[in-house]
Order: sequence, then C-alpha cells, then structure tokens
Amino acid sequence: MSISIQSIHKTFGNYKALDDVSLEVPNGSLTALLGPSGSGKTTLLRIVAGLESADDGPGRILFHGENVVGIPAGKRQVGFVFQHYALFRHMTVAQNIAFGLTVLPWGKRPPRREIAARVDELLGLVKLDGLGRRRPHELSGGQRQRVALARALAIRPKVLLLDEPFGALDAQVRKDLRRWLRHFHDEIGLTTLFVTHDQEEALELADQVVVMRNSRIEQVGPPQRIYDHPRTPFVYEFLGNVNKLTLRDGGTRYVRPHEIEVKFAAEYDPDFDRLAEVQHLFSAGPVAALSVRTEPGEFIEVEISRKQLDELALSVGDQVALSFPPDPTDPEGDWTGDGAAPTAAANDHAVEWNI
Amino acid sequence: MSRRRVIPGFGLSLGFTIVYLSLLILIPLAALFIKAAGVGWREWISLLGNERVLAAAKLTFGASGCAAAVSTVTGLLVTWVLVRYRFPGRRLMDAMIDLPFALPTAVAGITLTAIYAPNGWIGSHLEKLGIKAAYSPIGVFLALTFIGFPFVVRTVQPVLEDFTRETEEAAATLGAGRWTVFRKVVFPALVPALVTGFALAFARAIGEYGSVIFISGNLPYKTEILPLLIVSQLEEFNVPAASVIASGMLIVSFLLLFGINLLQRRLNVTAS
Repeated sequence: MSISIQSIHKTFGNYKALDDVSLEVPNGSLTALLGPSGSGKTTLLRIVAGLESADDGPGRILFHGENVVGIPAGKRQVGFVFQHYALFRHMTVAQNIAFGLTVLPWGKRPPRREIAARVDELLGLVKLDGLGRRRPHELSGGQRQRVALARALAIRPKVLLLDEPFGALDAQVRKDLRRWLRHFHDEIGLTTLFVTHDQEEALELADQVVVMRNSRIEQVGPPQRIYDHPRTPFVYEFLGNVNKLTLRDGGTRYVRPHEIEVKFAAEYDPDFDRLAEVQHLFSAGPVAALSVRTEPGEFIEVEISRKQLDELALSVGDQVALSFPPDPTDPEGDWTGDGAAPTAAANDHAVEWNI
Repeated sequence: MSRRRVIPGFGLSLGFTIVYLSLLILIPLAALFIKAAGVGWREWISLLGNERVLAAAKLTFGASGCAAAVSTVTGLLVTWVLVRYRFPGRRLMDAMIDLPFALPTAVAGITLTAIYAPNGWIGSHLEKLGIKAAYSPIGVFLALTFIGFPFVVRTVQPVLEDFTRETEEAAATLGAGRWTVFRKVVFPALVPALVTGFALAFARAIGEYGSVIFISGNLPYKTEILPLLIVSQLEEFNVPAASVIASGMLIVSFLLLFGINLLQRRLNVTAS
C-alpha cells in the first residue's frame, strides 16, 4: 500500500514542526526518514500513524489513494514500533502479540485457537519460537524489539511505521537487527517507513532516503543518488565525512575524502590541482587517512588505498598535489532526486578556474 | 571463614537496625503481650469475646476496610487528574493532598463533626434525606476516608508518572479504544501501587483515634471504635483489659497486613 503525504503542516504552539511537507512512499518500499533531532521526522511519522494530527488545511495523507486524515490511529491499520518497545509489561510475550486481536470487537474477534496459532506463526516469523510465555523483562533489547514488531504485525497492517527502531540497542545488535529487518522486509514486502538519525543505517537499509532538516524535506532519493549527488550543503555534510573547500573566487564546495586524488608534487598542474603538505598519517585499516594542509592553510582529510600509499611512499612533511573531482552538488537539479545526474561537463569549468 | 562483602559495614548497619527496631517496636510490643498474657488464656478469650469489644472490632475493621476501599478508588481518580492534566491550581491541589498528613487529627475530627452534625452545613441537608452522618458509623467512615486518602495518591502518583505515553499509544495503534486501553493496559500496571496504597490507608485507619472520637459520638455497641475502648479501659485503670484488646487488635491487624503483603508480592512478580 502506497502512502502519499501532501502538503502537511504541523505547529506546536509557536513552533513549526512540519512546514509544507509532501512525500510519496511507493508501495512495498522501505523508506527512511533521516535527519537530526528536531528536524520533524518523528512528528511526520506520528501524523502518518494518526497519533498526532496535522494542522487544519488542505494537507492530506492518502493510503493507497484513500484519505486517512481524521481517522483515529486504531482504525488506520498501521503497525507502529516505538524506540523503547512500549511493550505491555504485565503481559507475557504471547499476550503482547495477541493484544491487537483480543481487543477486536466481538463479531470480528477470531476464536482463541486461531489467535494462538497466529501468535505462534508470528513468533516464528521474528525468530522467537518458544518464548511466548516469557515476560518482556526477561528478554534482551533486540528480542523485545522483535516482540514489538510481531505485535504490530499481528493486526495485518497496511503499512509498517518504525520510530528509531534500533535507537535503544547496542552497536552489534543494531547491526544484526538492521540486516535482519532488510531481509524480513524483502520477504513480506510491506510498505515500511522508518525514522532514524543514523545516516549509515538509512543508507544501508532503505530503498528511498528522505533527508529532513528544520521541519522540511531537504532531499529524497535512493541512497546512492543522495550520497553521490547531495542537493544541498546540509545533505552533503549530514551523509558521511566531507571537506569544505574555499574556492579561488571565494565560493565553497564540498568533496568527500575518498574522492580526492593524491599525486606526487612533481605532477602538480597549476590549473587544476592544489599543493599540500602531509600533516598526519593514519594507516591502520583497509584505507589510509591523510590529513593535509594546503597552501592557503586549509586542512583537508583524504582517504586513499593502502596500496596507493605504498606507491607514493608518503611520510609526514611531504609535499603532494591534490586533484579534485567535478562538483556533484546540483542546485539546479530536481530536488526530489528523480532527475538526471548532473553532467560532468557543466562542472568541469568550475573546477578548472576555481580550485 | 567470613566472605568479604562488596559493601562494607554490614555488621554495623544490621546491628543498628536490630537495636533500633527492638527499642522502638519489638520491646514495647513484647511488653504489651506480656501484660496481656498476665490475665491467662481463658480470661483473654472471654474478654475478647465480650460483645462490646466485638462490636467495636467490627466497626473498626469494617469502617477501615470500607474507607480504604473508597480512598483507593477516589485516590486513583485524583491521581489521574493530577498527573494527566495541566490546569491552573494543579500545584496547589497537589500540595493540599498532604494536608491530612499534617493536620492534627483532632482538628480534622472537630471540623468534620461541625460540618456533618445535624445542624452543620452538609449534615443538615443529609438529615432531611434521613441520613445521619455524624454520631453514626457513617461518621467514622468519613473520618477514616479523610485520613487514608493521601496514602493512595502518594503511592500511585509516581507509578502513573512513570507510565509512558508510548505504551498507551501502542495499544491505540493496535485498535484498542480509550476504555480498553485503561482497563487492559494502564490499570493492571497500577494495581500493585493501588494495593500498597490500600494497605497503608487501611493500617492507618485501624489505628486512628483523634479524628474519629469527635465525629463518632462514642456510643458503646454502636459507634465505639477499638482504640477508644482501649483508652476508656485505661482511664478506668483496667490495664489488663486494655492490653488484651490491644493484643487482639495487633494480631488481627498483623494477619491482615501480612496477607496484603503476600498478595502484593504476587502482583509484583507478574507486573515487574
């Protein structure tokens, strides 16, 4: 089921939490709402769920073409998973999962045996077979989050909404559960929208990444596109390490550490390159990180392969020449990220005269 | 032989605890039982079986139980309002809850009597309806409700404040209506605290003296409570009878509270 969010506004008192937000979540996709805290991503998710209502106005939220604004959360058939699980502590795992079915009105409630069978099926789906009689406090964080997921799935939701689902877990569990969720999503194909402030998580997990900032959507697109062609400086800086360079004409541009080419100083081309001095070398790991200082006194982080480092035989204090790729930011481009990639030719000019 | 404990001072702190409890609780209670035992078994039983004593016991435990039960319900309501809503005067109301703790109970008793007496503000209206509030078991019940109520509020309040909105929201997204959310999600989480509040209010009511004696009228067989009976025996220098009644009261109170404690432990195991 697709979700269509159309010009949604939300204000809390004087604070504008969402400012004219529109977004298409295609059927069966796994979409990440990515942004720093306070960017409005959780508010948007809660409005989609019906836990919060958008400001009055022309804004609409469509589930598969059907407007759900005004329909209470319990009737929207959404599965919602909270960061801190929000399990019912006085119930067993099985009772937690069955909750959505046991609160159905008399006529619609399945018989007990059917509910028990569905709970067993869900326990299997989230790989918690045999733990139905445990209580939430007897489970680990990762297990609790899977119980919360099974509970959300029990009502056969049309869409799945996850609010920072891995936020409360430690690094290793988070990674495992993230991969598991990706597989899980591919298996059941449920339209899923999740909130995260972790760019790595969004890029690894999602089909579509929505970058939010200051109550607005900054850029939407597949992870690789957003990473390679950020539309704004904010997106550039938010997704991964980046250097900010001052250009000769006083402007600035961004470049990622691995995109910079390092050459011998003898190969320096004054039209395209910059000269720099190696300040620091860090070479434990698959890639070597260099910290270099350019002529005007700017510090730049560069990543090169270990092999290249050996070829260059660099040590601290050496002079090197740096050459830069074309600027991939495309302020004129289609900001939803659906347009064509910016052409290299258009940017070459800037590189030649500015760097 | 002795294993080192991580936290030092176990011997000292346990020793202090035992001495302290002995001086303040165990020795006085033991003295009471020794005094009561002085009268002999038969006398003990016949004194406790005395009709006036039984009537007073019935009133004391009955009114205390009813008052604690009512305090539990109203306490939950008041706590809900205090925790869940923001309104002008909320802090003032929150502070007022503790007043029955601080007010001398005699003052409370006199005030309640003045209001509920047949010529009082409320009592005169109740009189027209044929209800006698002061100088009746209802009066005893009213006084005990007044003093027991804060215990419930103060035990339930922190638990309700801790209860996350998310849990309720989770239930709502799963299709539960507001009443179902309260009945199946919020209320079960509050039950252990409610039982604790009930136990405290009940225990306090059993031992209450000051506020009750003014409003009850103290008619033997009708509106006389056990603490008053004990005091009146003492005033007649009948110390053995007073200690026998006190010991019986203590035993029953202990059994009741012990039972509530067991129930609580059970609830805590399932709800933690």
